[in-house]
Amino acid sequence: MSKDKGNKGNGPAAPAILKRLGRDKALGMFRRMLEIREFEEQVRFLFLEGKMPGTVHQYIGQEACAVGVCSALEDGDVIASTHRPHGHALARGITMEEAAGELYGKTTGCCKGKGGSMHMGDLARGMLPAIAIVGGNLPIVAGMALAFKLRGEKRVAVSFFGDGAANEGAFHEALNAAAIYHLPAVYVCENNQYGASTAFSRVSLVENIADRACAYGIEGRIADGMDVFAVHAAAAEALERARRGEGPTLLELKTFRLCGHSRRDPNNYMTKEEKEYWQSRDPIPACERLLAEAGWIDAAGVEALKKETTARAEAAIAAAQAAPEPKAEDLYEDLYVSMEVPR
Amino acid sequence: MSATRLSITEALRRAIHEEMARDSRVFCLGEDIGIPGGYGGAFTVTLGLEKDFRERIIDTPISEIAIFGLACGAAAMGMRPIADVQYGDFLFCAMDQVADQIAKLRYMSGGKLTLPLVMRAPVGVTGRGSQHAQNLEPIFMSIPGIKIVAPSTAYDAMGLLRAAVRDEDPVLMFEHKLLYGSKGMRAESGSMDASSEIPEEDYVVPIGQGIVRREGADVTLVGSLLMMHFSLRAAELLEEEGISCEVIDPRTLWPLDLELIQDSVRKTGRLVIVEESPKQGGLGAEIGMQVAETIPDCLLAPITRVAAPNTPAPFSPVMEKAYVPQPERIAETIRTLVAEY
Repeated sequence: MSKDKGNKGNGPAAPAILKRLGRDKALGMFRRMLEIREFEEQVRFLFLEGKMPGTVHQYIGQEACAVGVCSALEDGDVIASTHRPHGHALARGITMEEAAGELYGKTTGCCKGKGGSMHMGDLARGMLPAIAIVGGNLPIVAGMALAFKLRGEKRVAVSFFGDGAANEGAFHEALNAAAIYHLPAVYVCENNQYGASTAFSRVSLVENIADRACAYGIEGRIADGMDVFAVHAAAAEALERARRGEGPTLLELKTFRLCGHSRRDPNNYMTKEEKEYWQSRDPIPACERLLAEAGWIDAAGVEALKKETTARAEAAIAAAQAAPEPKAEDLYEDLYVSMEVPR
Repeated sequence: MSATRLSITEALRRAIHEEMARDSRVFCLGEDIGIPGGYGGAFTVTLGLEKDFRERIIDTPISEIAIFGLACGAAAMGMRPIADVQYGDFLFCAMDQVADQIAKLRYMSGGKLTLPLVMRAPVGVTGRGSQHAQNLEPIFMSIPGIKIVAPSTAYDAMGLLRAAVRDEDPVLMFEHKLLYGSKGMRAESGSMDASSEIPEEDYVVPIGQGIVRREGADVTLVGSLLMMHFSLRAAELLEEEGISCEVIDPRTLWPLDLELIQDSVRKTGRLVIVEESPKQGGLGAEIGMQVAETIPDCLLAPITRVAAPNTPAPFSPVMEKAYVPQPERIAETIRTLVAEY
């Protein structure tokens, strides 16, 4: 259970980061984490009730990763996500209405109901539709970064992926390509310790995925994925490096899924001690404590924020439930730009 | 208007050069494509282009997942990449990027993004054994989301390359190793002349349009790439015996120009599909079934396939010759068909 060694002592201390961020930005990050948590809790409930189609891979426990990184992005930056994209979508600015609409396969969804849970995204909001093949987004992110570089734009492409993707061939090919062309990309590995039910320690003799950066001659960094401000600081540094033309960074965030891999997974492969330990490091109370120490929020303020977030999530889901279904015939749309689907 | 005679290699090279000069979003990605002192890709198509476009002729590692991922991501961000593999067989190394990502991203996005990219892949059974030999057309025809073109002449190579680069959707271009007309140390033994007079003007060959290469009354032959040339030879052999063959070159395999084939079959009543890939799950199965479904009453004879056997390509020249449908084998099949029906 030494999996969280992270950046203790490496990055700047929380008070310094908070001071740099300022009250409004820091509170906004807290609010966004609450939004993801609340959204996911309500979605989970609907799922268990059998009221939602498809499957879901939930983000509960990893909120600090998506929010920490996305809060450091600029408007023109683009992220890519995985089969577990709800948190990234909300952190990047896709609304709960658009996300919920997509979960229900409605026309109001961010992909008009053609994507579903695993393909949430919208380039207009800086997020590629999520790529649900493990490791699949890493080479594409290199390509997005290549476009920025060829055009001389100061934009950065960011890949979110899990520890499971680090053993895919696509990881190797993408990082090497991003490295040799000095591409403005940040590869954010959310090491939540498990690829489905398989512990990372069972499938790698290297403890830190960030250590693999040296194989490509690029920067590797580790940050505490349960501390949204530490993630923000590490991401900001990597993004800055990319914008300066100094190439990609492999940023590993040590984190944990405080939920199952997919809809009904009870996590029986995790030990009780492990679950308790990571539960004690839940990123939301952790953030709350730091904000309280800074004097920026109190218990009543947190309560009010939570209540407001719950109501907004409920309204978004109700709107999605009431939204129109696509027509079956619409399945023939959106494949090609300049050609009808032959029937 | 004057015209110049070019090989497929030269036509593609000129088309890529012109498209890059015309549109700064166009760039090339591939292995060994622009190394000074190198050979301009496996079949010299990009030879020398790096002299004019150093930033946009991007040499890659031997890393096919990266090549097609780079193309996909760059296209999603508004560039127009032309990505190639040295041999079509290597597409399998990048299959996730091609089949799961490039083919599906626009659809998954609800039509909110476009992927204007071109993939180029040499095919053909050419004395290299099993893994540098496959004709992959039918495999990719079974994946919705990709347009597939297959030029058998330099004229079409030029026109289809232009059309592909200017298209808003992913286009996969299959090129035949024996039709390139590559010269020098990269020349292929057993090559056929596929050169054409190339007009000066900026023409395109529209995607989705086939062409009748030879008119005939008794049998419709459908073949692309090398099989189009072999079908023409078979037609010549049969002409002396009084059998008149119409030869159709689809040029685009998806979307297929079904109307052109239907019109021909309405006239001849007999359809023979010639394919260089194994018969199983092949081009003939798809084209034949489309015709059978739509104009069953026009058929005087069973739809017939002349294909490679259901094995990988063998190396032995003796076996290889038996593997690839030769003009004589095509002619013999037609003789039997016409005699029986």
